Amino acid sequence: MASIFQGIGAATSISSSASFDTMKLQFSSPRSISGKKANCVVMRSGGAKMDSGSSRNGGRADQLVTNAVAAKADTPAASTASKPGHELLLFEALREGLEEEMERDARVCVMGEDVGHYGGSYKVTRGLAEKYGDLRVLDTPIAENSFTGMGIGAAMTGLRPIIEGMNMGFLLLAFNQISNNCGMLHYTSGGQFKIPVVIRGPGGVGRQLGAEHSQRLESYFQSIPGIQMVACSTPYNAKGLMKAAIRSDNPVILFEHVLLYNLKERIPDEEYVLNLEEAEMVRPGEHVTILTYSRMRYHVMQAAKTLVNKGYDPEVIDIRSLKPFDLYTIGNSIKKTHRVLIVEECMRTGGIGASLTAAITENFHDYLDAPIMCLSSQDVPTPYAGTLEEWTVVQPPQIVAAVEQLCR
Amino acid sequence: MATSKSTKFIFRNLKSTKFLISRSINHKSSLTNSLFPRHLLHTISLPPLLNQTKPSVAYSGWFQAVYGGRRSHTATSFSDYVDQLCTEAPLQQELNFPGGKVKFTPKRIFTPGSNEERINCYRVLNENGEVIVDSDSLKISKELAVKMYTNMVTLQVMDTIFYEAQRQGRVSFYLTTIGEEAINIASAAALSDNDFIFPQYREPGVLLWRGFTLQEFANQLFGNKYDQGKGRQMPIHYGSKKHNYVTVSSTVATQIPHAVGAAYSMKMQKQDSCTITYFGDGGSSTGDFHAGLNFAAVMEVPVIFFCRNNGWAISTPISDQLRGDGIVVRGNAYGIPSIRVDGNDALAVYSAVYEARKLAIEKQTPVLIEALTYRAGHHSTSDDSTKYRPVDEIEWWREDQNPVKRFRKWIENEGWWSDQVESEHRSSIRKQLSHAIQAAERVEKPPVADMFNDVYDVPPKNLNEQELLLRENIKKHARDYPSNAAV
Repeated sequence: MASIFQGIGAATSISSSASFDTMKLQFSSPRSISGKKANCVVMRSGGAKMDSGSSRNGGRADQLVTNAVAAKADTPAASTASKPGHELLLFEALREGLEEEMERDARVCVMGEDVGHYGGSYKVTRGLAEKYGDLRVLDTPIAENSFTGMGIGAAMTGLRPIIEGMNMGFLLLAFNQISNNCGMLHYTSGGQFKIPVVIRGPGGVGRQLGAEHSQRLESYFQSIPGIQMVACSTPYNAKGLMKAAIRSDNPVILFEHVLLYNLKERIPDEEYVLNLEEAEMVRPGEHVTILTYSRMRYHVMQAAKTLVNKGYDPEVIDIRSLKPFDLYTIGNSIKKTHRVLIVEECMRTGGIGASLTAAITENFHDYLDAPIMCLSSQDVPTPYAGTLEEWTVVQPPQIVAAVEQLCR
Repeated sequence: MATSKSTKFIFRNLKSTKFLISRSINHKSSLTNSLFPRHLLHTISLPPLLNQTKPSVAYSGWFQAVYGGRRSHTATSFSDYVDQLCTEAPLQQELNFPGGKVKFTPKRIFTPGSNEERINCYRVLNENGEVIVDSDSLKISKELAVKMYTNMVTLQVMDTIFYEAQRQGRVSFYLTTIGEEAINIASAAALSDNDFIFPQYREPGVLLWRGFTLQEFANQLFGNKYDQGKGRQMPIHYGSKKHNYVTVSSTVATQIPHAVGAAYSMKMQKQDSCTITYFGDGGSSTGDFHAGLNFAAVMEVPVIFFCRNNGWAISTPISDQLRGDGIVVRGNAYGIPSIRVDGNDALAVYSAVYEARKLAIEKQTPVLIEALTYRAGHHSTSDDSTKYRPVDEIEWWREDQNPVKRFRKWIENEGWWSDQVESEHRSSIRKQLSHAIQAAERVEKPPVADMFNDVYDVPPKNLNEQELLLRENIKKHARDYPSNAAV
């Protein structure tokens, strides 16, 4: 029994300010799809044998890169010069979004460890302290619970703080403030006090950072009522989501990924704000819906190349909005393909994939031709050794095998 | 936030002007290169040559590291150079470590855990309600004094009657402020309406002072549709944006960093106001307390940390909560001016908070106030404190050290109060309260829609779905749901 959901055209947005761009953005995604196809580095990972057809891309198959992060390939000079927009890395896109919002609204401020003159551990706030002063871009002592609480107090009295966790895992210390106050105070105060904070930071499995620095916090936070969660994956959506999060009156947690900060992409010069509750159609297809977010998007796109060569037509959706799920886009896709594969970095138990599986089963059970498959990390702390670490993360060959099984 | 003063939105904000100089000056002297720690340079003096004419090898190695820059400048050989320096300079008495100059001592002395004498407690009114000679206190007008006293009495009566209402089963929970009326009212009286309050939960008197009516208190306790919080919080979790009193959150001491953040916000917007946050002796043990105080000092923001040291954290006495001389000594450790005050002395509390506020705003600094008092009531209606403390101790504090009684003695001596006025006031408040309770009891509870509103600014799809499901359920099984709630 399909459930009730509204929304015609663009998904209904919670914050009104972001809606004007959504129509434009839905049509703009084909641009990124073709861009991605041309620029994906074809990988040979582990012991997986790839089709000889995959080396069509002019010798790229010979490059052995240890992870599936899509880097911009060298494009002919002529096409670069004539394209509109400007090229930048993901962390620069975040900074650009942040700076534009700080320029636009003097109430926006940043607080976190080493965000000031040091420019942030991942350089997202580089140059901002010099420009806006060391009070507006504030270096905090090592007390996550405290400076998150501070951000909440400042938000209740008129500011719009952006709280940076040096690594998402450290925000576990701030869980009390995030759950009990950030998510709740607007509600328990009867709507009198609002908390327009943005809590952001890098998370996910990095390059041998050890278990404590490889946490996937989205699974822990997803139950907290009152907050919104989004995950960015490209410079384009990083900037757009950062701006949307800052403009939103709700507390928003923006999940970045440690390994995606150096992604390069060409983004528009003109100002744009994305919708926080919208998923991104990365590659339309017919056979299977692959739902993913953050770094796994790139592993999926990697696998998509192989799948296309094998004759499959996967539809890839970057869900982006982790709370609430964009069930409208997801539902339309499921109605078309009738098969779902979820690829995530969270642990099997209690992760985003687990929730998404439940939500899809509840709402679209009748449309499914096969049980939902969910590829996630195992329920183990992330090991340090490189080989072990690689085995905990879902790799493209697994995705290919899963699709083949689903489409049997 | 709506304040009467226009808020100036500042583009570029600096934490402190104090350290501006050290950061912006770029020493380009020949002695320094970019790797050389500048702050070490000017205070390093060379130890004298004792009995030798040449320094030891290890010694010269140290100089080599320090004067790396200079060496490239001069043409003399290194050992000659060191010899020359050695004969000139005196013994090092102090060193400019990161954080500032520190003097050395050859005595291996551990500072004791606590001093023999505790920090003195500021008091203005003695136990007989007489102003102590030579006390630093502010003169307050008759109007203010009477207003303070009547509010203290109102608070006392309100607590008694609401407590009884809970015992009668009309209200699910309550917690009293008995014994801390002076703290509540006098501190509120010393603040201005623009100052933001971040309470723990034992400060309804502050809200009362600001104009929250007895009816509004009752509405919150009953969680009816007129409650400012729309029935979403437990009793005594008051909150009112209109009165700049932030909604009480049950978690202990989480309001301390909130107050620091709000003070930061005021500093950013250059507002002429401060924030105040209240917490108990128990709350001072939490992580949020320490980080909040430390942070406020570093950021130099106008926040008053008001600790109600009432000796008990539910059943944990102060001796099990902390060692060391209470909470006031911690202020110094964080670089915060602090004062210990007699919490049962309304005039002392008023005076201390008044001055603290001035200090906080003018000097842009946090201030710590520890008010010593006693929790004369139980922790809450879920507690019976006679189980863990002697009844005569409770009685002594309730009778002899009662802040309301002491203040009454003073205003009666001033000729501003009398027995008759007292009994009139008390019976009037009692009447108002019973009206308020009856009225609040009869009012409908908030509608179902209020369960789903305000989770976000606009309800999202999933919540709308859930609301529809719930409504369908209520319609289908109307008998299983309460009848006094609007759908």
